[in-house]
Amino acid sequence: MKFGGLIFANLLRKKIRLLLTIGSFAVALFLFAFLGVVRDAFNRGADVAGADRLVTINRTSIINPIPLSYRDQILRIPGVKYITHNNWFGGVYKDEKNFFPQFVIDSDNQRQVFPEFSIPDDQWNKFLKDREGAIVGARTMERFHWNIGDRIPIKTTLYGGGSWEFNIDGVYHGKRAQDDETQFWFQWDYFEERIPERLKGLIGWYVLRVNNPDESPRIAKAIDEKFANSPYETKTETESAFAAGWVKQFGNIRFLIVTIGSVVFFTLLLVTGNTMAISVRERTGELAVLKAIGFSDWSVLFFVLGESLVIALVGGLLGLILAIVAIPVLANALNGMLPNLILSPALLAFGLFSALLVGIVSGILPGVGAMRMRVVNALRRV
Amino acid sequence: MVKVDAAGESSLINVRDLDKTYRRGEEEIDVLQGLNLDVRQGEFVAFMGPSGSGKTTLLNLLGGLDVPTRGSITVSGDEITHMSAGKLTEWRARHVGFIFQTYNLIPVLNAFQNVELPLLLTKLSKAERRDHVEAALSVVGLADRMKHFPRQLSGGQEQRVAIARAIVADPTFLLCDEPTGDLDRKRADEIMTLMEELVAKYHKTILMVTHDPLVAARAHTILHLDKGVLVEARQASQDTLAGGVA
Ligand SMILES: Nc1ncnc2c1ncn2[C@@H]1O[C@H](COP(=O)(O)OP(=O)(O)OP(=O)(O)O)[C@@H](O)[C@H]1O
Ligand SMILES: [Mg+2]
Repeated sequence: MKFGGLIFANLLRKKIRLLLTIGSFAVALFLFAFLGVVRDAFNRGADVAGADRLVTINRTSIINPIPLSYRDQILRIPGVKYITHNNWFGGVYKDEKNFFPQFVIDSDNQRQVFPEFSIPDDQWNKFLKDREGAIVGARTMERFHWNIGDRIPIKTTLYGGGSWEFNIDGVYHGKRAQDDETQFWFQWDYFEERIPERLKGLIGWYVLRVNNPDESPRIAKAIDEKFANSPYETKTETESAFAAGWVKQFGNIRFLIVTIGSVVFFTLLLVTGNTMAISVRERTGELAVLKAIGFSDWSVLFFVLGESLVIALVGGLLGLILAIVAIPVLANALNGMLPNLILSPALLAFGLFSALLVGIVSGILPGVGAMRMRVVNALRRV
Repeated sequence: MVKVDAAGESSLINVRDLDKTYRRGEEEIDVLQGLNLDVRQGEFVAFMGPSGSGKTTLLNLLGGLDVPTRGSITVSGDEITHMSAGKLTEWRARHVGFIFQTYNLIPVLNAFQNVELPLLLTKLSKAERRDHVEAALSVVGLADRMKHFPRQLSGGQEQRVAIARAIVADPTFLLCDEPTGDLDRKRADEIMTLMEELVAKYHKTILMVTHDPLVAARAHTILHLDKGVLVEARQASQDTLAGGVA
C-alpha cells in the first residue's frame, strides 16, 4: 500500500482532532455494545425457550395461582409428555438489593422439563432427600460466595412472610451460554407445609413438555378449554410467546434501545461528517496540487474515504474492546438485576459494520466534494 | 528559438488560435484571443505581462488543468485539447511538472515524501523510487534535507523541494507560475541558476511566468502577453532591465 503513508500522514495532521474523533467512535461503539447486550438479555427468553415447552398460567395474570389438582388432568391430554409446577417465592438474601429469583419446584419432574440445566446426580439425590434442600444456579453461588453445604436464610414478604432457611445441596449449570444461572430452587413439600392454610394446594404456573411441538397449538387449546368456566381459568402458550409477553411488562424496551442506539449513531455520523468536512476543506489546496501532479479524482476520493474508514475502524475496535472488557464488570456491578449480559460475536460484528458504514457515509460527502473540485479554482484560492 | 505564429514542425509544444473566455454572470471576459505559440525541446521561455493579462490562464491550459474555449494545444504530437478529463490527468502525470509561487508542498510529508508523490503514480518499485527521489534532491542540492518537513525548511529550500518534485518523474516540460515571487533577490537568483542548470545540463523545457525582469532575463526568450496574444519582447525586456537597474 504505497498510498498508506499519505493517508497516515494526513490522519496525524491534527492529533487532538484525531483522538477526539476516534474517541467518539469508541464511546458510541461501547454504548452500542452495551445497549445491544441489554436488549439481547431481555429478548433472550425467546432463545432460551424450549420449542416443545408450554406454559400454563392463571388467565387473569401470572400472579394469580392455579390449583395443583389441574396437574393430573393436564397430564391426561394426549401429547403431553412431562409437567412440572413452580411458585414464585419473591425472597431476598439479607437485604433488598440482594434480589434473585427463587422458585418452588416439583422436584420429581423439574429436570425432565428443563433438561438444559445440569446437576451432578449425587447432588440431586441429596436434594431429593433433604426437605429443606436447595439447588442454586452457579452465578448466584458465585455472587454471594456460597458453598455447597451452607445454610442460607431467605426473607420473603409473601406466604406469611418471615425468614426461611435452606441447605444448599447442589449447584446447577446451564448447558448453553444464554441459560439463566441465577435461579434458586427448593422443594414443594417444604413450601406447602409452611404456607398459610388458604394458600395450600395452589401453584404459580405449570410448565409442560409435549411430544411434538407442531401439536402445541392444539394442546394449549385443549388445556384452556378444559378449565374454561371454572373459578381458575387458564391461559396456555408456548414458552417463547410467554417470554415475549414477560418482556412487554417492562415497556417497549426494544423500541427504547433501538431508538437510543440510532440516535447515538446518527450523532456520531454528524460529528464525524463535520470533522471530515473541515479536514478536507482546510486542505483543498493540497488536494488540488495532488490532482495537478496527476492523481485522479477517484484517488482523491479514496484518500478521504481511507482516512474516515481508518478512524472508524480504530475507534470502533477500541469501543468494542472496551465493551468486551467492561461489560462483564458492569454486569457484576448490576448485581444480577439483569439476566446474563452476553456480548455475542454477531453483535460485535454488527457494531463494527455499523461503525465502518458511518465511516464511509461521513467521508463520502467531503470526498465527493474533493473529487469534483476543480484544480484551477482551488489553486487560485491558495 | 521560439517562432511565434509559425507552424513549427520540430516544436515540442504547438499552440494554435487559442481562445479562453471566462463568463462571470452576464459578463464575458476574453482573456486569450487567438494566441499562437511554439516551443522547442530544451527551450526556456518566460511569460510576462500585467496582472490579469492571462498568464496563469495560459499556463493552466498548457498544463491540461483547464480547457480552452477554442483552439488547440499539441504536445509532442498529442493534442491535449480533446482529451477526456481522465486521460488529461494521466497525461499530466507523465508530461508536466508544476512549480508554484507558494511551493505547495504537502506540510505533513517530509521532503523525501513530497518528492516521491509523482512516482507513486508510476510502476516503479520502492527501491527505484528511492533512487529517483535521491537523485532529484541531489540535483536541487538538498540531499541532506530529505527527512525535513516543509516547516523546517526556508522558502528557498521549499521551492527547491518543489522543483525536485516537478522533475522527479522526468516530465516533458516544466510549468512555473512566478516561482520566485515569494523569495528575496538572493534566493530568486539561486532558483534561477538551478533552472538554467536544468535546461543546460538536463535539457529540460521550461515555461515560466514572472513579473521580475531580472528573473525573466535568465530565460532564452521573453514573451509578453498583451491583449490576449503573445509578443516577442526580448529587446523590450532588456531595456526594462537596464532601466530598472539604473
Ligand atoms: N475562473 C475564473 N472566472 C472568471 N474570471 C477569471 C477566472 N480565472 C481568471 N479569471 C480572469 O481572467 C483574467 C486573467 O487571469 P490570470 O489569473 O490568468 O491573470 P494573470 O496574468 O495570471 O495575473 P497575475 O499576474 O495577477 O497572476 C483576469 O481578469 C481574471 O480575473
Ligand atoms: Mg497569475
